[in-house]
Amino acid sequence: MASEQEILSGLAEIVNEETGLPTDSVQADKSFTDDLDIDSLSMMTIVVNCEEKFGVRIPDEDVKNLRTVGDAVAYISQAQG
Amino acid sequence: MTTTARRVVVTGLGATTPLGGDVASTWEAVLAGRSGARTLQGPWTSEFDLPITFGAQAAVPAEDVLERREVKRLDPSQQFAVIAAREAWADAGTPEVDPLRLASVVATGIGGIWTLLTAYDTLREKGARRVLPLTVPMLMGNGPTSAISLEFTARAGAHTPVSACASGAEALAYGADMIRSGRADMVIAGGTEAAIHPLPIASFAAMHALSRRNEDPARASRPFDTQRDGFVLGEGAGIVVLESEEHARARGARVHAELLGAGLSADAHHVAAPEPAGAGVSRAVKDALAAADLAPGDLAHVNAHATSTPAGDVAEDRGLRLALGPAADGIAVSATKSMTGHLLGAAGAVESILTILALRERLAPPTINVDDLDPEVTLDVVRKDPRPLSGEGPLIGLNNAFGFGGHNVSLVLRSV
Repeated sequence: MASEQEILSGLAEIVNEETGLPTDSVQADKSFTDDLDIDSLSMMTIVVNCEEKFGVRIPDEDVKNLRTVGDAVAYISQAQG
Repeated sequence: MTTTARRVVVTGLGATTPLGGDVASTWEAVLAGRSGARTLQGPWTSEFDLPITFGAQAAVPAEDVLERREVKRLDPSQQFAVIAAREAWADAGTPEVDPLRLASVVATGIGGIWTLLTAYDTLREKGARRVLPLTVPMLMGNGPTSAISLEFTARAGAHTPVSACASGAEALAYGADMIRSGRADMVIAGGTEAAIHPLPIASFAAMHALSRRNEDPARASRPFDTQRDGFVLGEGAGIVVLESEEHARARGARVHAELLGAGLSADAHHVAAPEPAGAGVSRAVKDALAAADLAPGDLAHVNAHATSTPAGDVAEDRGLRLALGPAADGIAVSATKSMTGHLLGAAGAVESILTILALRERLAPPTINVDDLDPEVTLDVVRKDPRPLSGEGPLIGLNNAFGFGGHNVSLVLRSV
């Protein structure tokens, strides 16, 4: 079980590896598509890597609801709980 | 515009090879007669009881050159192509060009085999959910040309000739055709390969295609020598910028060489063995000379395909002799795979670059490890040291590339 802050920094590392964006640009209020310019293939790669890193399952039908970084952090936190 | 009259020149060169991370370092190593073959480094080398434990890995690993993000999103074959294309494009002067007049023709013999097999391992070990979404774009054979098309905004076409170890040369022939037929003014063309993986090694070994000289890798690739016992698997990429002569002139580009003509033929003899009399090779060479409107005696230099296999090198000798006749006696023949190893789908492109440099610098590269020339070889093989190429004015050379499946490609190049 990781704290939300730990999940955020882990997610930021995954986003950085996939997109090259600096980790400090991955903030809770940022939209994956509008702010971080992440396309659907990259988003799916990030999801797969999150599942591996955090030991959770994020079904495809839930991915479309993860609009912001904060949405993803909350989802992962809840899934871990 | 009479499209058939369009001349094709080479204005950019780029390479990453077992001898160096760029064209200059590769050429320097070739002239010094250095071998790029070494005992393989990698956690898997001891895992599979491979009969061959050496190869010619890229002198500069792609991850030392590219950003981490690029390494993760591109198969190694795409990575080498991008590295070589960036060098070639910079060498061409980073030109401003209409995207609709720029094409990409980048070949590979094998494709994204590292991605394919790594993804299969992931599937078996972790399940379908863990297979990454970029797996297909990374493993597909057109992945390298797609990566180049995207990076340089080449919209006149993106193509991938696949003809095993002739692929890289066929890409140059196809690119030149695009310019001659008016479909493009510039083409980023070449070949790439990244197949030093245990499966291709085991597979080529099963064919008895690879040298087994594990104890002495640097002496293993020995084209035309009596003790040759197979090729040395190499990796890397060679990319050139092809351009119509008028387009190059209009922008004041520096021209390395002219691609005068290409000849392509198929043996239809055996899926892997060369046609022993060299008839298919001979037709490719003759067609290339005819396309260039030249005679055998016009050639100063040949960069042979010569991979160091017992059957292939002699078949090439016969094919060249058949095509060139007595004129072959005055032509300096080099087998640079003695140093680079065999880069499969990149070989024809890398060796076209070496041919261009040989003509421009008027110096035929050495063929190393020819301690005892096979008595069946009738050609004038340049051994040990580089040989100055005599003659006034521009020099003309020929590059051969052949592939499993019976593919033969010959390119005729002229220095300026």
